[in-house]
Amino acid sequence: MIGPELLAFLVPLPPLLAFFVIVLLTNRKNRLSHRLAVGAMVISWAMAMTIFGLAVSRGDLGHHPIAASVAWLPMGEGVLNLGILIDPLNAITLFFVAWTCLAIFLYSVGYHNFGKPRDPQDRAGLPPKAGGIEPMYARFFAFISLFAFGMLTLSVSDNLLLLFIGWEIMGLCSYLLIGFWYGKDSAKRAMVKAFITTRVGDVFMLLGIAYLYAATGTVNYREILFDEHVLQTLAQMPSVIGGLSAGGLIGLLLFIGTVGKSAQWPLHVWLPDAMEGPTPVSAMIHAATMVSAGVYLMARFFPLVTIGWHEGGALTPTMTLVAVIGAFTALFAATIAVAQNDIKRVLAYSTISQLGYMVAAVGIGAYVAAVFHLVTHAFFKALLFLSSGSVIHGMEHGIHETHDHVDPGDMTNMGGLRRKMPITFWTFLIGGLALSGFPLLTAGFWSKDEILADAFAHGRMVIFVVLALAALLTAFYTMRQITLTFLGKPRTQAAEHAHESVWTMTLPLVVLSVFAVAAGWAGIPDHFPVIGGLIPNWVHGFVGGTLLEHPEAVAFSAVPLLVSISVALGGLLLGWLVYRRVTADAKDPLARLLGPVHTLFKNKYYFDELYDLIFIRPAYWLAETVSYRWIDRGLIDGILHAIGRFALRVGAFLRNVIDLPVINGSADMFSEGVKGAGRGFRVVQTGRVQQYLIVGLLFTGVILSYLLLANP
Amino acid sequence: MDFPVLSIITFTPIVAGMVILCLPAHRKREIRILALVAATIALLLSAWAYFTFGQAQGDYRFEEQYAWIPALGISYHVGVNGISMPLVLLTGIVIFTGVLISWNIDDRPREFFAFLFVLATGVFGVFVALDLFHLFFFYEIAVFPMFLLIAIWGWKVTREYAAMKLTLYLFIGSVIALVGALAMYFMSGLNTFDLLALEQAGFSTAFQRFWFPFVFFGFAVLGGIFPFHNWSPDGHVAAPTAVSMFHAGVLMKLGAFAALRVGIMLLPEGAQFWSPLIIILATINVVYGASIAMVQSDFKYVIGFSSVSHMGLVMLGFATLNKDGLTGAGLQMFSHGVMTALFFAVVGMVYDRAHTREIPKLGGFAKVMPLVAVGFIVGGLVSMGMPGFSGFVAEFPIFMGLWQKQPVAALIAVVGIVITAAYVMRIVRQVFFGKMPEAFEGKVGGVTTFDKIALVLLSGIMISIGVMPSLMAPMVETGTEIILRLVGGV
Repeated sequence: MIGPELLAFLVPLPPLLAFFVIVLLTNRKNRLSHRLAVGAMVISWAMAMTIFGLAVSRGDLGHHPIAASVAWLPMGEGVLNLGILIDPLNAITLFFVAWTCLAIFLYSVGYHNFGKPRDPQDRAGLPPKAGGIEPMYARFFAFISLFAFGMLTLSVSDNLLLLFIGWEIMGLCSYLLIGFWYGKDSAKRAMVKAFITTRVGDVFMLLGIAYLYAATGTVNYREILFDEHVLQTLAQMPSVIGGLSAGGLIGLLLFIGTVGKSAQWPLHVWLPDAMEGPTPVSAMIHAATMVSAGVYLMARFFPLVTIGWHEGGALTPTMTLVAVIGAFTALFAATIAVAQNDIKRVLAYSTISQLGYMVAAVGIGAYVAAVFHLVTHAFFKALLFLSSGSVIHGMEHGIHETHDHVDPGDMTNMGGLRRKMPITFWTFLIGGLALSGFPLLTAGFWSKDEILADAFAHGRMVIFVVLALAALLTAFYTMRQITLTFLGKPRTQAAEHAHESVWTMTLPLVVLSVFAVAAGWAGIPDHFPVIGGLIPNWVHGFVGGTLLEHPEAVAFSAVPLLVSISVALGGLLLGWLVYRRVTADAKDPLARLLGPVHTLFKNKYYFDELYDLIFIRPAYWLAETVSYRWIDRGLIDGILHAIGRFALRVGAFLRNVIDLPVINGSADMFSEGVKGAGRGFRVVQTGRVQQYLIVGLLFTGVILSYLLLANP
Repeated sequence: MDFPVLSIITFTPIVAGMVILCLPAHRKREIRILALVAATIALLLSAWAYFTFGQAQGDYRFEEQYAWIPALGISYHVGVNGISMPLVLLTGIVIFTGVLISWNIDDRPREFFAFLFVLATGVFGVFVALDLFHLFFFYEIAVFPMFLLIAIWGWKVTREYAAMKLTLYLFIGSVIALVGALAMYFMSGLNTFDLLALEQAGFSTAFQRFWFPFVFFGFAVLGGIFPFHNWSPDGHVAAPTAVSMFHAGVLMKLGAFAALRVGIMLLPEGAQFWSPLIIILATINVVYGASIAMVQSDFKYVIGFSSVSHMGLVMLGFATLNKDGLTGAGLQMFSHGVMTALFFAVVGMVYDRAHTREIPKLGGFAKVMPLVAVGFIVGGLVSMGMPGFSGFVAEFPIFMGLWQKQPVAALIAVVGIVITAAYVMRIVRQVFFGKMPEAFEGKVGGVTTFDKIALVLLSGIMISIGVMPSLMAPMVETGTEIILRLVGGV
């Protein structure tokens, strides 16, 4: 039977197979390996699209999802089932994941210089220097296949456990891929940092899962989130932390997982460093998929995070925290992004910032807006990363030709690339405009506007202002990036000789640009002036169906719309004005303007240094000095050795005071006595037979007389 | 009972050991082959018992009972339940892989294998024991050869110290436990050492509360519970590879198992009373062991302290006294046994080639022995509880059970898991992917086929259980149910 259920089970499998086949069999054959990986992804993509089509055409998918499950781990009273669920949220996640993954797979072929000969100078673990094929080409495809498996698994799973499995597989792949060029020290540090930082979030999330299971006896989404009775119980059950319901605490624990995975403050530090990986990795992990998983989790557990909240009512403590962290992260990361010079780092911070948007949206209860932004962001951010990779690739080409050894990722070395790399320019521009929320045309506008509108409509003014400010900065740094990279004149020889990339790289860019624009049109609010209702607001109707009660659409208001249009256009304009005349070796105009504040931004508020000071060093000190030296070697071993010494002393005491003088002494005395007696009796042993006979006779005489006398 | 499989498993090693001792010392090849054959038999039989476990009936399967010293109520009584069966299999796996790894031991292999096999018999004997005297008897058999194995074949720097420390700790622990056991014997008035009979003795609450710590902590010393864990890292480090594997992989389980079997199962009310203390100590174990592992510069000490940390999870599972926690602890005993055996095997392989275990001096081993690197990474993923590996299958229920019992302890203990990731990553990064020092360049060779078989077997088991928990979890649950019946189904 080939139903949609079976199809959903099968979706994640082709990349997994590709992973095993590449690792075990074909890892020396580059062409075969990438064919396997890309082919597997195409199959998964096709299945995902079929499922998406089926899901969309099914009426009321929210109440009648595609679902099936099998038993996995017997646990306590019940059994943990692993199963699939295609409800609106999963369907739409599957849609963007499949598209972006496919684009990234294809792009990787060109990015790793397939078709070029291997440069004998290149070593495994270091990026190719002169445009030769990546030495570990096949391995790269194995890793990203495994990664895609993780993300696809997460997208079709029907329970928290399977989600966690996919989540951890991605964490592992992220680790492996960030450190793909493990010959670089910075990459090695980044891989460990990423893994451990996200792990902090993960273990708390694991506790959340354990708690949820303990409280409800299931980890299945629908049995928890689609059951009013269960939700009610969770809302009323008190938790260990006073003032929070069990549901609220579970939501909070899961949220810590999101903070780690989606790089929200204060666990944001790993994401920018993760840019040490190859660019397709940055696009895949740190834009389109893995970091989205965190927001997906929040969207998935929206009913739990917002437990005890009614639409339009006051926010619960958990929601407030989520909203504040999200909004703060959105602004905070945007300020850092304005002061970075590395093209990928700017994008990394903008990713953190945009994820903050989505988290804030969940926090204020804007469910549909959060999911909508999740989808559009995945498209335009993947596009931006891949375009930036294309830029870096072009720059590397120029460096190779001119031997002008500049940092290929530093935007101050670029300029004027629009003529050298026209396709990349246009696609980057589209992505950048979408990110800035360029009005009406781009997808980013519609999704971002919806978040702002929701915050405004429900009177969350602080959140609204913070997010609007962040949007202004976003537009500003995006234009700064576009201006520095593509406009003006080339500032280095390398930029002068940059080339457009091969088709395998540009084709995915073009495809993604289409989505970066068009994906927004599916979610135009019905009440929007003039164009509202021309295209029905499909997103709201579809995504809203994931929840038990369909959320209401926000009423139209001109204020947030005007704000969002003006911050987008204003930011873009400012960015262009400030940076259009930057020449080579000139100081950043913003640095002159802001002075020490700029230094603070540039150094990321010194968070790395701060964490080193307040967490890492004390942790090592505690472990090394307190636990190991003082307690383990000092106290415990000390006591032990003291007992040992004491026992020796006791032994010595017994030996010297009791054993030797008393026991030995008395024994010796006894033996000396015996010896003395022996010496005394020695005189009788003369050896003369006659003497012995006399003595014998005498004794016999004495005994005889005694016997005779005693027994008369 | 038709086929006395447990007795055969128990005595195969010691018989083989005696036969080996009869061979001339210079016939090293024959000695090794004989050792391998015996280990294979033990492994295959325990695997057979494991896989036919489900077909038998009752709480205890494969039961055998013969009178031993009837006047004192002592009998030779063996049988396995859902918790001890995996441990028997674990012992079979570790002895088999241990022999493979020790193939090239050249210093008196005859005595080495003989002692190793005596040890194995002791361990098997404890896991299958259903008689308290029987259990103690084999327990001491297991502890004693350890001293010789470490003192004679160990690391020259600390072997005498470590062997002495270990032996003293364990003997003192077992003597304390023995006092408790004798108290139970006399108090019950049943004139029997039979565990199943003693379970039903109905000891008074006061009696249970008083004697529980003697028995539990006496055995838990061998399980490495804080603050009596100190012998174990020193012992692990000083021991030769196969002995470390045995030591951390199986022997520590012996302590934990005996603490469960005699302490918790015979004195359940005592366990209820003392469980908060056990939770505190075990939580310390988890975090403390992991954080010390993080700062060790000696590769082997890292693994040694990681065992302390992971055994803390086992004790945590015990202390929950609920179904999830106990099942998790049962799984964790097996999972950690296999994992740590793998770790020590890897350490041994690296040390044999580099002649140093200082982490900063090592590097680049992934290139010369990729399979070893993969093995270590698999072990590392198990130890940090990655889904898809046996560690997750074990740790998830433990945390679930612990959360129900004491959420604060769960919140603290998860920090240990993060630190675990830190020290595992540190080793992977430096030892396997770091830059290879010039001194090793071109001088470090690959590993032998036997080493590879051992690595593949150990990693394969951990992955299989991780992907298909149904291979083990249901069996452990049948064992957990027996305990819960005694504890009162909390």
